Amino acid sequence: MQSLQERLDGLDALIEARLSGGTVSLQPIPGEVPVVQVVIGGREELPIFVTASPDQILCICYLWRDTEIRPDKRLELLELMLDLSPAMPLSSFGRVEGRYVLFGALSSEASRGEIANDIAALSDNALDALDALAEYLE
Amino acid sequence: MSVIGKIATLIKGSTRELGESIIDANGVRIYEQEIRAARDAITKAKTDLTGVMAKEMQSARDIERARAEITRLENLALEALEKDKESLAEEVAAKVAEQEAELEKQTQLHAEYALQANRLKDLIKASDARIREHEREVQMAKTTESVYKATQTISESIGSSGSKLMSARESLERIKKRHEDLADRMSAAETLDKELGTKALEAKLAEAGIGEDVQRKAKVMERLRARAAAGKAA
Repeated sequence: MQSLQERLDGLDALIEARLSGGTVSLQPIPGEVPVVQVVIGGREELPIFVTASPDQILCICYLWRDTEIRPDKRLELLELMLDLSPAMPLSSFGRVEGRYVLFGALSSEASRGEIANDIAALSDNALDALDALAEYLE
Repeated sequence: MSVIGKIATLIKGSTRELGESIIDANGVRIYEQEIRAARDAITKAKTDLTGVMAKEMQSARDIERARAEITRLENLALEALEKDKESLAEEVAAKVAEQEAELEKQTQLHAEYALQANRLKDLIKASDARIREHEREVQMAKTTESVYKATQTISESIGSSGSKLMSARESLERIKKRHEDLADRMSAAETLDKELGTKALEAKLAEAGIGEDVQRKAKVMERLRARAAAGKAA
């Protein structure tokens, strides 16, 4: 089986073409399972992490921590996120160990172009969601 | 319990266990054994099914043959009766009775084979479903573990880089500020371009003796000359 890095080879140029902006860099993160960090120029604070299991390719963007949510607005925010999820192209909200994330899941047979589309959409969605939901955060 | 149910229970308990024990290594082995057993059962059921279906066809042919034989014998018996050969007719009638018994036996067998074939087909379907189910469970467990391990790696990476100690609001503001800076720089550059362009044009116009600056100088000179002339005259 191809390694994740091999599968993502050339992905930076594909994402750059889709976002028509800053440079994109791919950085593998050492660990037990393959993870590649995608940093998009101008959006360095919102990197996207790509990981693969035999079943799927997962692209994750970390948004905020549980502790950053305004306690009085918490329920409202959670419901809003549930309502927003189906409307958001290609991305869904989730939570991993107390961190809220936006993620896109793809078939493990997805092409580079499809992965690039997902990451570009995820980056746009993350920035958009952060802007829209910042009022619920401390 | 479904795999999602198991995962939910673990999450409610402690996420930490997600990487390890949705289905432990032993559990995965058991599932994989069950999958193998179900596959073997399917292979055997398929062989059995072939045999049963062959017998079913065989009995169908035997039924046809018995029916044809009965018709033939009955015609012979009728002929014997027509020729008043009563005892001969009775002899043939005994043969017909034999064939009828055979027909009944084959019909019963045929029904049994059909039933067996259906049972085997159901068994194959059920085994297929069980394999799919187990495979999905193993896959989901492996996927959950993989995601957990990946997010562990990411968390550690974020932690060590120190970059994500920033809050989401701060991140957003920095990105926005960078965009604004870029937009400001672009509009500044645009303004500069325009100004430089205008100045160059004005310089060219002045060189050619056209434009307000040139005229202003000319007017001043005119005025001064007039005053000088007036002074001389006085």
